[in-house]
Amino acid sequence: MGFLLFFLITLLLYAYILYKGDWRSRRDARLRNMPGFAKLKNSINKAVEDGQKLHFSTGWGNIASKYSAIAYVEMSILRRITRTISLGDKRPVATSGEGSLMLANQGAMRNAYHNAEAIEHYDYLSSQISGLTPFAYASGTMIVIQDHKPPANVLLGHFGSEVGLIVNASEDIDSLTLAGSDDLTAQALLFATANEPLIGEEAYAGGAYLHAGLMHIASLHAQDFIRWLIVLIILAGVTLKFMGIL
Amino acid sequence: MTVNVKSLFLYIIAVFSGLIILAGYFVKIPVLINLRSQLLNWAIILLGVALLIGVVNLTLVHARKIIRGKSGFFFSIVLLIGLFTTLIVGFVYGPTSQWSLWIFNQIQVPIETSLVALLAVILILAAIRLLRRKPDGISMVFIFTILIVLLGTITLPWIDFSLLGEVRGWLFRVPVLGGARGILIGIVLGIIATGLRVLIGSDRPYED
Repeated sequence: MGFLLFFLITLLLYAYILYKGDWRSRRDARLRNMPGFAKLKNSINKAVEDGQKLHFSTGWGNIASKYSAIAYVEMSILRRITRTISLGDKRPVATSGEGSLMLANQGAMRNAYHNAEAIEHYDYLSSQISGLTPFAYASGTMIVIQDHKPPANVLLGHFGSEVGLIVNASEDIDSLTLAGSDDLTAQALLFATANEPLIGEEAYAGGAYLHAGLMHIASLHAQDFIRWLIVLIILAGVTLKFMGIL
Repeated sequence: MTVNVKSLFLYIIAVFSGLIILAGYFVKIPVLINLRSQLLNWAIILLGVALLIGVVNLTLVHARKIIRGKSGFFFSIVLLIGLFTTLIVGFVYGPTSQWSLWIFNQIQVPIETSLVALLAVILILAAIRLLRRKPDGISMVFIFTILIVLLGTITLPWIDFSLLGEVRGWLFRVPVLGGARGILIGIVLGIIATGLRVLIGSDRPYED
């Protein structure tokens, strides 16, 4: 297992070096069509035109746990979109259910405003904790959605079944819900409730689709390559087992 | 080219800490394991501090809502009263005192249980909405599977659902388990890719 992990990491590193070196010119590398991200771009335009806030939520896993990876993806998207709309009069609002995620979201937003030379628009309370237990977090986030009526809610993080309540609040105001989680129960709920659910690895692809950086595209290609490799290994294993060799 | 010394310093600390934690899982050297434990202890302390900052943030957000008289500010008042009452009771009598447990058992548990009950209703509505929003084969399979699993679980007098119970068992053992493993492989690949981006410092969205 350790060897497999080491192999994957080495391969990803290889993809990184390769991309940073020779593939830089292929900035617009082909990505498969994912309507959720296209709709999110439309919602960003709508938010700017209508002076509405966008809402981001990172769930309640903490930044030092195995649940943090998906929250990093959300932060990359938050930073990218905040930078795009930083000159607008409405700041995006980010909610989380844990202190370190709230601070990291603050950092991402501050970073975006700083890079856009619009730091005067930054408000540190735009990133907020909406509750400290899963259902308290869901209740608080529902209130944020009802208060701001955002045209889009991006829910990417560690959630449990309580995410159903948040998505329902979003659906009630006919808002776009782009949602993904690293939890299987939450994914099943999101499939039924969200209008744009992100299943499995799709939740980690947001940065590549929203041009959050070359590394996002590079790692997406690396993931695809490794996935094909795993598919081939599984098929080979099944064939060998079927033939009685394994 | 200008190099931001502060960023470079932070970058070195982050990469060094990340590599030690990662290496501690694969290489069993006592010094490395001790260093890893120490770093994890520091991380736990920092998470505790972050939680306190989070409570301050929650207070400020709702205080602002009350001061500006925004819609629903009454609920913010209730929240702040509840928050500070719980904090005071916890500090004065201790977190496992009868008063703290009373707050937990008589207020928090019933409210959260009610929300779980509400979730059940919302999920039924969501299933209906799903058919209206995406009336395709996948949605039909999803709803059909839910019905089989529910009928295979319930027990009613005079009606035998044992066959559905077997179908439910097969569903869990074969397609559900296979699908879940496929999704988990995708998630793990995403986690490794994201972790690696953060570890090598190419993607730290939270810092300048």
